[in-house]
Order: sequence, then C-alpha cells, then structure tokens
Amino acid sequence: MTGLVFLIPIALLMGAVGLAAFFWAMRTGQYEDMDGAAHRILIDDDEDLP
Amino acid sequence: MGTGKRDPLNAPNASIPAVDNATCGTRFTVPGMRCAGCIAKIERELPKLDGVSAARVNFSAKRVAIEHDVSLDEEALTSALREIGFEAQSIDENPLGDEAEERKTLLRALGVSGFGMMNIMLLSVSIWSGAEGATRELFHWLSALIAMPVIAYAGRPFFSSAWMALKYRRTNMDVPISIGVILATALSLYETITGGEHAYFESAVMLLFFLLAGRALDAEMRTRTRAGIGALLGRMGKSASVIGPDGSARRVPAAELEPGMLVLVAAGEALAADGEVEDGTSALDNAMLTGESTPVGIAPGDLVHAGAINLGSAFRMRLTRTADDTALAEIARLMDEAGQSRSHYVRIADRASRAYAPVVHSLAALAFAGWMIVGAGWHQSLVIAIAVLIITCPCAMGLAVPTAQVVASGALLNRGLLVKDGSALERLAEVDTALFDKTGTLTLGEPRAQIADLNEEERAVALALAQNSRHPLSRGLANSLREGRVEPADLSDVSEVSGEGLSGLWDGVRVALDRPQSASSELATRLSIGEQSKTITFSDPLRADCEETLGVLWDNGIDASILSGDRSAAVDAVAKTLGLQAQPEASPQDKLASLENLREAGHKPLMVGDGLNDGPALAAAHASIAPGTASDASQQAADAVFIGEKLMPVALAIRVARRTMMVVRQNFVFAIGYNALAVPLALFGYVTPLIAAVAMSLSSLVVVANSLRLSGSAK
Repeated sequence: MTGLVFLIPIALLMGAVGLAAFFWAMRTGQYEDMDGAAHRILIDDDEDLP
Repeated sequence: MGTGKRDPLNAPNASIPAVDNATCGTRFTVPGMRCAGCIAKIERELPKLDGVSAARVNFSAKRVAIEHDVSLDEEALTSALREIGFEAQSIDENPLGDEAEERKTLLRALGVSGFGMMNIMLLSVSIWSGAEGATRELFHWLSALIAMPVIAYAGRPFFSSAWMALKYRRTNMDVPISIGVILATALSLYETITGGEHAYFESAVMLLFFLLAGRALDAEMRTRTRAGIGALLGRMGKSASVIGPDGSARRVPAAELEPGMLVLVAAGEALAADGEVEDGTSALDNAMLTGESTPVGIAPGDLVHAGAINLGSAFRMRLTRTADDTALAEIARLMDEAGQSRSHYVRIADRASRAYAPVVHSLAALAFAGWMIVGAGWHQSLVIAIAVLIITCPCAMGLAVPTAQVVASGALLNRGLLVKDGSALERLAEVDTALFDKTGTLTLGEPRAQIADLNEEERAVALALAQNSRHPLSRGLANSLREGRVEPADLSDVSEVSGEGLSGLWDGVRVALDRPQSASSELATRLSIGEQSKTITFSDPLRADCEETLGVLWDNGIDASILSGDRSAAVDAVAKTLGLQAQPEASPQDKLASLENLREAGHKPLMVGDGLNDGPALAAAHASIAPGTASDASQQAADAVFIGEKLMPVALAIRVARRTMMVVRQNFVFAIGYNALAVPLALFGYVTPLIAAVAMSLSSLVVVANSLRLSGSAK
C-alpha cells in the first residue's frame, strides 16, 4: 500500500498538468479559429525556395 | 531567397510584432474567404502594403485583424483588400462578445469537471474492485477533496440557472439536476465522515461532465453560426454624405442625421433616411423596401425612402424624416412587435423536463416514505431516495437535444445553411406552410447580364472594366462573366465617373461601359470598344433549382405560395412558371396580416424572404429563413440564413430539422429507457455507485452515437 503514497499524487499531478494545458490553450486563443487551423495546414510555406 | 524562409502562417497564433507606438488594429469582416489559398493571400499580400505591419485571419469568423500605421485609414485598407480580390467591411465593436464569453465559461467548467471525473473515477474503480477499511476511507476522503471544489466550480452554470428559475417560481431542466447533484454530494460527504460504504462523488461529477458537454456543444453551435451571419451583416449604408453650407461633404452616421440636411447620394449607395430629391435625376432600386425589382426613376421633387439603393448617377436630397421616423424604422417597430409571439415558444428539452421533473421528485419522495413506513430508519431511507434521484437524473437527457442539434446544424452548415440556434431547428421541423418572397428569394435578387451575344474579346474587356466598380450592374456583369470563365483583358487608365460609367484603354483603344442612350426602364449598359458599341441587358432570373426545391417541399407535405410586394404582372409570371398561388403588391403590414391569418387558422407558416419589407413577416412566422444577400434586419429576424445561389437549402433545412426531431425523440426514449430499467433496482435499494455510473455512461454513449447518425442527413 505504500505505493499509493507516490501513485496518487502522480495521478493527480498528471491530471492537473492536463487541465493547466487546456486552460493555457484556451487563454492563448487556440480554440478561436478551429476551421482556420484545418485549412492552414494546406498552405505551402515553401514558395520562396528556388 | 534560397534559405527556405519560414512563413509564420501556420503558427496557431502568430504574434503580431509591435513596430512602434503609431500602429493600431482594425478588424474587417471578409465573407468571401473560402479556402487556405485565401488565408495565405490575405496574410501575405496585405503586409506588403506600406504601413501594414501584420494581418491575421480568423477563418471561422471570416475576419481579418490588421495591425497598421495610424496614418492608414479604413478606406485605404478596404481598397487594398479589394485589390487582392476580397470585399471587406470594417467592424467596430464585437457584437458577439457575450456569446463567446459564455462559451468560454462552459469550456472551462467542462475541463475542470473532466479532470475531476477522471481522478475520482480512478479512486472509485479501486473501491469497486474491493478496497476495504482504512484504504476505502482514504479514497473516499480524497474523492471528497477533489469533488467539492470541482462541483462548486463546474456546477455554477446549473446552480445559477436553477436559482433564477426558482426565484421566478418556475422550473427548468437545471432544477432537478441541481437538486440531484447537491443531495448526492451532501450524502456522500456524510457517508465519508461517518465511514460509510458508498459514496456517490463520481456520479455527481460525471453527471456534471456529461451535461456540460451538452451545454458546451449548444453554445459552440450558436457562436459558430452567429459568426457566419455576422460576417454577412453590415453591407447596407449606415451613414450619409452631408453637404455643409460651405459646400463641403462629410460622412454622418445615420443616427445623427437631422431633417433639413442636404445629402449627396453617390451611385451605388444606400439611402440612410427619407427625403425629397433636390437636384439630379437617377434610378432607385427599392427592392429592399417594397420587393419591386424594376428601378424607379426619380427627378427633383420626388420622395425617396431610406433603404433604397441609388443605381444611377449621384443626386442631392433634402432629408425630411430621419432615424426613428423613417419608413424603415416603422418596419423595425413592426418586427419588434411581431417577434413577441415567438418568444413564447418552449423548447423541447424544457417541455420534457417539465413533464419529467415531477415524476422524478415524487418517485424519490415515495421511495423515502415507503422505506420509512417499512421501518428502515431515516438514514437508509434517505440513501435509497437519493439513489433514485441520481439514477433518474437526466444525464443522457441533457445530451439528447444538443448533440442531435449540433450534428444536424453542422451538416446543414456544410450545405450553406446557417441555423441560428436549436430552438430554430425545432420550429423549422414543425412548419406546414411555406410563403416565399419573390425578389431576392425565388429570384437571385441581383441583376444578371445577358452575355450570350458577346464575343470573346468583348467579354474580356467587359470583365476588366466591370470588376473595377461596385455599381450593382457592374457587379452583376462581372459575376455573369466570371461564371463563364472569362479572363479579364489587360487594361490601363481605368477610371470611373459616378453615374456615368467606366472607361479605360485597351491596346491604345478607348473602351467604356456606360449608360445606354435610350431611356428605357429596362436595366442595361452599353459596352463600347473604339467606335463599336453593344448594349448588354440585365434581368433578375429565378434561382436555378426553384422547381426542384418546391417539389421536395411538396413531398414533405408543405404547401408553398408567393407573398410579394412586387407588381402583379411580375409576380404572376413567376407564379405561373412555378405553378404556385401568389399574393402580389403586399405591403409589410399585408404580409404580417397574412401570416397572422395563417397562424389563427392553426397553421405553422415558414416565411422565406430577404427584403426589409419581409422583416415583420419573418419575425412573425413560426420559422423563417433569409438568403445571405438579405438586408441586415431580415437576417437578424430570420431563424436561418442560406448562402449561395441555390434555394435547395430551404427544403434541406426542413428535412434535416424533421429528422433531427425524430432523433431527439429516440434519444429521449433511450435516455428514459435506461433510467427506467435502473429505477426498480434503486427503489428496492440495490443500486450501488457502480450501477449508477454504468447506467449513466451507457445511456450517454448511446445517445451520442444515435445523434451522430445525423451527420449525413443533409446529403
């Protein structure tokens, strides 16, 4: 049962990291333009190559 | 340039560099963005303009945020956007701010409840698999520590809404949810403190998570379609050029205009107030106001109304009625009043909860009373009563409506129909009669040029000239030509004289598009190349798939007819072609009255119209749809807006709305069915948290899966 002392905090921490990442993504506006993100992948960035 | 310079286009949120203090941001709505190429074009080309430091596209909202030097004004940026091929309109404030904020709050609550649910579930699974004694107590305490703040945070949307409902002595879906969650949490806390066997923290948090998912989807749908509609709005003139006593002109917003002012109306401009023509002759397009598609000639002394568009040359008018006195404002008032009746509509989720909540509450009360009578003691009776509440709590019911509506509106969005919210879908499903406006609804509402007798050279020159002007005829000509895949000729020195026409040089030959000599009322323009000239006529054709659409509506048991403000002759011609009943020359009041009559006869009418004169009718109808070219007010009043030249989205909307309601009903049956199976177990005291959790997730999954079937419904 001593394993729980480590495992539970680790599980909680990982969850908290995920939640923090979600909040960060929301604050930086990553959910503002969902359709745009889908289209931007199609833009060629290499036009300037010879 | 051989280094393969990285372009910041693909970065999710390219930071806009602050060049110096003298920059400012302006936002434009650009409805014409269609693909990745458009994004790239705008973001690459605009910064090449002197004074523009960065441009950032929001594709979902069809907007561009431009960071530019303060010396550049809106006009310059709009024309820069037009040069690279996009119509743009600046937006001052954010009309969708509240919606976006609500969506963000829900998403945050969803994230928090998801975090809580996963962690508590982790602990609960260990308890279910046999954790005993001190370990179980520890896990219960940990669950409580996670659950309390999570419920307090994630439950706020429900608690506040339930509180509002109770304060006004009403009940909604949120009341049983809040009672269930709060009681389950309180009981679990009590069990935890007294070292009891069962705690229901995971059920309470899971309930919140699923319900929040439903709410977040609902909010997402609304912000998405409103952003789409917002991008279409604001094309009408909302200001006027007032000529001062010294002869100088300045732009004045419509709200600040006063009677007696002298206003210069440029060609192609919309009138912002009623008035009397003082100087100049022209032709007005009154279609927005009356539905009449033929331009009306005006001369000094004639009365003109706000909302009309000047098709001919510039003229001066003396304002007589402004702001709230215009014929336009009268229509706006009618719309406000007509919209009242619709606000009484009760959404299906609320109707369901009105029927469902009393059953749930009395079942729980019965369980408590029954076990007390049998002599089980208040603690056990309460545990069982709460188990009944939790098991019957409408978790899947909260998902039943929004999931179906979100999937359906997504499917419709792909076919060019923006449905404003779920209530609109519900009302669309119920309509049994359809009334169509003529101009702009059954017809395209914009002049199309007859280009059949032009040769290739003439077409290329005509397009090269026409694309330089915003005059409705030029735009119509350019559109017709572009459809024929004409490449514009290479012209130089193109200039436009308002009300006269366009001219330019093509290989040294003078070419021009101008008014034809003959003063017929028919819409026409004259194309001259050198000495030769040809007259191009315009017409307002029916949408290509009118008959097909009406056929589909007929198959769905919907009677269609025409309700137009246009002249009898024009309306009858269309009615005859389509085989419909028609009521011509209807004023906005007449249209409203026809709808009221239909309602009183027990019908649920659908109104499809675009003009301002349709506004009151759109607001009064059981459901309404407007084309994307409609006036702002009509788009605001309508439940849905369709984009493009096809009428088919109207019929699709009805079909999809009906299928959606069918799926919603199935979802309710599933949701209630699962709970009904579990209720006897709960009543007899056999429900453990495990059974509650399984019943809840299974019914939710089935409901979501069933709703996803709608994704192909608009094909």
